[in-house]
Amino acid sequence: MENNITQPAEQAVAPESQGSEQTRPRPVFRPLADIFETPRGVTLVLEMPGVRAEGVEVTLEKRVLTIRGRSSVTRPESYRRLYAEYGEGDYERSFSLSEDIDAERIEAICKHGVLTLELPKAQEAKPRQINVRAA
Amino acid sequence: MSMASRLRDGFGPFSEVRRLQNSMDRLFGQRPLAAAAGFPAVNLWTGADSVAITAELPGVDPADVELSVKDDVLTLRGSRRASTDDTEAAWHRRERSCGQFQRLVQLPFRVDPERVEARFADGVLEVDLKRPEADKPRRIEIRH
Repeated sequence: MENNITQPAEQAVAPESQGSEQTRPRPVFRPLADIFETPRGVTLVLEMPGVRAEGVEVTLEKRVLTIRGRSSVTRPESYRRLYAEYGEGDYERSFSLSEDIDAERIEAICKHGVLTLELPKAQEAKPRQINVRAA
Repeated sequence: MSMASRLRDGFGPFSEVRRLQNSMDRLFGQRPLAAAAGFPAVNLWTGADSVAITAELPGVDPADVELSVKDDVLTLRGSRRASTDDTEAAWHRRERSCGQFQRLVQLPFRVDPERVEARFADGVLEVDLKRPEADKPRRIEIRH
């Protein structure tokens, strides 16, 4: 099923996650994602403001792609917070990949707090023209 | 606190929260921030004679952001591009938004438009604004 390519593997990591495995006392947010498919492959775009390329960790295990981003934002010095609309913390989200993604050729770029992952389709998954011979 | 505001805020476990909320609303006038939900999300910080605004602008090119300040209002304007321009692309998930945005942020005091510093890194904008020298509170000596 084409649509299963990038179904989230798990339910959202809740903001202010109650997860017990956290090693840093910071909230973990679920980054907003765009996912689109072209004949070449699938592109995943995740919003992780405050995260630099060095702070991104992408792992693939049993076709589950997990993205973690560690925010490098520091609070303004000698300031106190007067009002807040967003929280500062890290990011995490997982997706399960379908069989037709070539896991060896996944590429990632991080720019302006947005992570873009290019997931190329495996050669055999690309549509091929089948010649039909007359019997 | 006056009896009138006591009646308006009511009693019970949430009255304290409501009172706080009301003070915040008073602080920011007709609650331009509390109405929230706008893009970008902003945080407001204060120092002794300065105020800092941080905003989350993931995927926005610094060249596409315009900042302006007048008296005690900071205007943040710009645009952000979609993840792809490819009209043939099949979308599986589309959570990010794109297009023009504008936000007016009411500051707690008037600021000096000549002394504004803005930094943009990894999709987070930080703007530092200072209170004009002339507006700074001055200590008044009391004669004996």
